[in-house]
Amino acid sequence: MSTDTLMNNSTLKQLSEGLARGEYSSVELTEAYLKRIDSTDGDLNAFITVTADQARTQAAAADERRASGQAGPLTGVPIAHKDIFCTQGVRTSCGSKILDNFTAPYESTVTHKLQDAGMVMLGKTNLDEFAMGSSTESSFYGPTRNPWNTEVIPGGSSGGSAAAVASGQAPVATGTDTGGSIRQPAALCNLTGLKPTYGRVSRWGMIAYGSSLDQGGPIARTAEDAALLLNSMAGFDHKDSTSKDIAVPDYTADLDKPLDGLRIGLPKEYFGEGLNSDIAARVQAGVQELEKLGATVKEISLPRTRLSIPAYYIIAPAEASTNLSRFDGVRFGYRCENPTDLLDMYTRTRAEGFGEEVKRRIMVGTYALSAGYYDAYYNKAQQLRRLIKDDFQNAFAEVDVIAGPTTPSPAWKLGAKSNDPVAMYLEDIYTLSVNLAGLPGMSVPCGQVDGLPVGLQLIGNYFAEAQLLNVAHQYQQVTDWHQQTPAFG
Amino acid sequence: MSLDRSEVENIAMLARLKIEEQDVPHYVDALSSILDLVDEMQAIDTQGVTPLANPLDSVQRLRADEVTEDNQREHFQSIAPATDAGLYLVPKVIE
Repeated sequence: MSTDTLMNNSTLKQLSEGLARGEYSSVELTEAYLKRIDSTDGDLNAFITVTADQARTQAAAADERRASGQAGPLTGVPIAHKDIFCTQGVRTSCGSKILDNFTAPYESTVTHKLQDAGMVMLGKTNLDEFAMGSSTESSFYGPTRNPWNTEVIPGGSSGGSAAAVASGQAPVATGTDTGGSIRQPAALCNLTGLKPTYGRVSRWGMIAYGSSLDQGGPIARTAEDAALLLNSMAGFDHKDSTSKDIAVPDYTADLDKPLDGLRIGLPKEYFGEGLNSDIAARVQAGVQELEKLGATVKEISLPRTRLSIPAYYIIAPAEASTNLSRFDGVRFGYRCENPTDLLDMYTRTRAEGFGEEVKRRIMVGTYALSAGYYDAYYNKAQQLRRLIKDDFQNAFAEVDVIAGPTTPSPAWKLGAKSNDPVAMYLEDIYTLSVNLAGLPGMSVPCGQVDGLPVGLQLIGNYFAEAQLLNVAHQYQQVTDWHQQTPAFG
Repeated sequence: MSLDRSEVENIAMLARLKIEEQDVPHYVDALSSILDLVDEMQAIDTQGVTPLANPLDSVQRLRADEVTEDNQREHFQSIAPATDAGLYLVPKVIE
């Protein structure tokens, strides 16, 4: 098999088996992926930093580990990390000028765990600045393009990770999801992405955007690959005060379970006005496949869905405005030239270091938290958040899994929504409420609209990741949407 | 809900963001349109609803007050814009 075929079609699982059988070494595999990145990233801009030397060292170590009989399922398999995870000794930019010179002095828990499992880091992927966006256009390092059509966006904010996996630059990648930033780019790039339950994956070393919403998770070609990665990513971490001390199951154990008797709910609010009718048809066809596998389907209601937009666009900016106050030019990162006094240093460092969307959200958040407005905005949004959570809990009294579209429309052309933040915000309508409620959610490829991939979203109850992965895996046994690859490169 | 110029200038100062004079109208428009988007929540009756700060209603975990980290001052200061004698340097605050 040529290395190109190997990379374009291979899953983590297949590479893991190939390494175990000795068909190739991790060094050979890593070189092949580095070559692929080198020849394609000029067109995609999926990576901010390629860590070729480090990857070669890690690959050689992985091969030694295998030779000594210590290899696990992830050992020697390459991975790309969203450039929001701190990686010791490697630039960690978060897509921002303010961190362009920032070399992380410590390693995030997620990347550390994957490194411990023997994975080889190929580099750090592009994202919307500080993960604030749905298109990966707001990065200081320029936009990432979608390998399915380089004129359109790959989704965001984990768009670099999604474009890298979809184009065969990496077999799997990490992402983070505050309002849809794993699921939406997975949908728009024909990948399988999972946002775990809030507290399932440690946030330590993951640069904070909305701390009560952020979760890291896998972006992969298949549900089985996502399960293999989550096995190593998940778990209690005393360094993250919101980490949950709940045992991590083997997420691959239930993949083959039949779906007989599974109760699926379709929220009527997810199929109404605003949804592209071709996406509706693809999602309905996907749900019918699940019915053929033994699931029962009923309509449910999540009446407060629409309110997730105002609630999210208060809570996330409010948390962002406090989180991003640490970027002040004092201890790390960018500092403006020749400050005249301390205030001048703070205000110019931040004005020059942050991009437009980040400034907008900091200002919205600052306003929502300012004296006299707290009750009308922040407190009100947190009350709506309770109502949104209650809607889901009422639904989960009747069904096991909720299914619907991941996005209302397929990927749009670069620049089409750049000057209209509100139009961009409305694209998150089906994903935001899952973060507000802290539930696990997945996106699974379910077809194409005008040659562009779209996703089926699956939402589970708290800590039901294994069940979501089971449903997605069973779906992928009877469909081949996830196996389709772009003609790119 | 729309903001006026002085409100936007005040928010920018609270957020420690320098906004150029000519960019103020742009921020007035952008922030006003975002606030219009979120204003529909004001119509919802939330009386008596307890705000949800953590999706799992978790409370802060406590631990014993013990030293668990080594001092890594030199390591952390190696990436600082300006340091001297173990201190972070900023422009003069007091004459």
